[in-house]
Amino acid sequence: MRRSRVPGRVLQALVAVFLYAPILVLIFFSFNSDKSRVSFKGFTLDWYKRLFENEQVLSALSLTLILALLSALIATVIGTVSAVGIYNMKKRPRKILLALNNVPVVNPDIITGVSLMLVFVLFVTFLRSLGVGAGLGFTTLLIAHVTFNIPYVILSVLPKLRQLNKNTYEAALDLGANPLRAYMRVILPEIMPGVVSGAIIAFTMSIDDFLISYFTTGTSVQTLPMRIYSMTRKRVSPEINALSTLMFVTVLALLIIINILQARDQKKKERRL
Amino acid sequence: MKKELIRLVDCTMAFDGEIVLNAINLTIHNKEFLTLLGPSGCGKTTTLRIIGGFETPTSGSVLFDGVRINEVPPHKRRVNTVFQKYALFPHLNVFENVAFGLRIPQSVPVTEGGKTRQKKVRLQEAEIGQRVQDALELVGLKGYHRRRVHQLSGGQQQRVAIARAIVNRPQVLLLDEPLGALDLKLRKEMQHELKEIQQQVGITFVYVTHDQEEALTMSDTVVVMNQGNIQQIGTPVDIYNEPVNAFVADFIGESNIIQGVMHRDNDVSFAGKRFLCVDSGFDPDQPVDVVIRPEDVRLTAPKDGQLRGTVNSVTFKGVFYEIYVDVGELEWMVHSTAAPKVGDEVGLCLTPEDIHVMDRPDLFPEGAEALTIEDIDPEPDFEDKYVDEEPPEAEL
Repeated sequence: MRRSRVPGRVLQALVAVFLYAPILVLIFFSFNSDKSRVSFKGFTLDWYKRLFENEQVLSALSLTLILALLSALIATVIGTVSAVGIYNMKKRPRKILLALNNVPVVNPDIITGVSLMLVFVLFVTFLRSLGVGAGLGFTTLLIAHVTFNIPYVILSVLPKLRQLNKNTYEAALDLGANPLRAYMRVILPEIMPGVVSGAIIAFTMSIDDFLISYFTTGTSVQTLPMRIYSMTRKRVSPEINALSTLMFVTVLALLIIINILQARDQKKKERRL
Repeated sequence: MKKELIRLVDCTMAFDGEIVLNAINLTIHNKEFLTLLGPSGCGKTTTLRIIGGFETPTSGSVLFDGVRINEVPPHKRRVNTVFQKYALFPHLNVFENVAFGLRIPQSVPVTEGGKTRQKKVRLQEAEIGQRVQDALELVGLKGYHRRRVHQLSGGQQQRVAIARAIVNRPQVLLLDEPLGALDLKLRKEMQHELKEIQQQVGITFVYVTHDQEEALTMSDTVVVMNQGNIQQIGTPVDIYNEPVNAFVADFIGESNIIQGVMHRDNDVSFAGKRFLCVDSGFDPDQPVDVVIRPEDVRLTAPKDGQLRGTVNSVTFKGVFYEIYVDVGELEWMVHSTAAPKVGDEVGLCLTPEDIHVMDRPDLFPEGAEALTIEDIDPEPDFEDKYVDEEPPEAEL
């Protein structure tokens, strides 16, 4: 019996509308020449121009990018090394550590944010009592971002390690490479796709984050999402539409890169079989 | 006498309290082709890994040229390994795979102003190129140096693995079931090639296999192992013709193993009859195992046979027929070029030379579990420890 495909199609269309309509509306109105959020008066790039003339937005943007790059880089190094360590553990401790690794991923951001803030405040107070000038700011923000990024890198690298032929590392040692060289020349190239996608995930998570940044930064340092939030407190300016569009496009581009990388990796594997 | 190269002295290996190698003693001579042969889990791969430096024995010593090397890590041993699943580096092409070992800077003692210090030396690119090409030529892969590893067939990957190991000019090459993944015809070809390569480069090969035919074909010395113990060490001919116990006899080739009693020298009884034999030196009326190779049994007319039986089954095997004959309490395996019919009465004839009498090993030492030859499964060996414990997880 052939069932009608219509209900399925309708459902698919509805899902797509709910998912993407808001973003499309946002992109659409970012080109609206009128400030109205209801009627479209004509096409303009004014809001984008205004955006790039807005000093505060630009400094927030550059801060966010620098923060995302640095935190992704540091988290990727620490996460990759940790993944190798976890992979080489005995079964029981490995299971325990993996479970612990998943806690920050599922933990509500607000709790992560508040708890990190508490630790930082405690530490800053301690430093001040020693006479060292310190406060919440870029450093604490960076530490916070590295902290929540590491688990994602580990989760991205571990499956690659599991796919390795167990003898590959031993083969490198056997040929005279010391353990460090064996890891750098043989294991790292093999797990590279996992490392790169881990870095990209970390980068997007960092750009995306509002809550944790909100709690762990000082008064002077503002990331882009925080900037947007404070702008909307007065009224939603079309500039924000333009800014959000740009951020959406950036994240989308990164996601596409991850997908291409994984697809290529998959193909390589199939060819090997 | 050949020079001794590697010696294992009372090497015991235990994983989580379970003994995998039981105080084995083994001497490997220079330029010898030595095969460790045995069923799955007999400890042969563990022995190889101890020599390679991937495992440190729980007790006992590993001597290389008379020097104890228990604690020397694998990358400092003059030993190279060809792994079971090749373990080539997939991100490198054939040339770079083979060149991997040559590109590693070597510490060389340098004397300068009366002082000797270690200096890191790299090989010249031209020399690396030459040696890689020579190695590839040796394994018959000339012209393949630009290929990616995944573009090669299983047999070609195997050759790259061999080239990658011998290009470093090790004193010993360890091979862990290197032909296990190849089809029968290719395996036979590679057996001969391996033997030729070994003679050309003139180094010691230590070869691990569960395939008795492979062991007999290639080796100078065969070491038969079972359950962490060495059963017999000898030339292929010795091992085949003079197995020391029923396990070796059964593992090497087909055998009929019959329980009997040795009354005195050259006089043994089994299957309800007394036979003349050539063995001597047993206690009077000692219980023994009698081993008879199926190809040594002659089929005759029932009245001419020393034993009589009924044919249970006949299977064509190419050169000969494999015939099972029911002789009272035991079924005998006979290889013959003549084919009787199922249900025929036949006679079985033996000459004294065909009867191999051996000590019956104490198969039930105190507290040990019963071990029968049927328990042993001479199947491909993925020694449990080295099998991935978990399937790879889905990607993120």
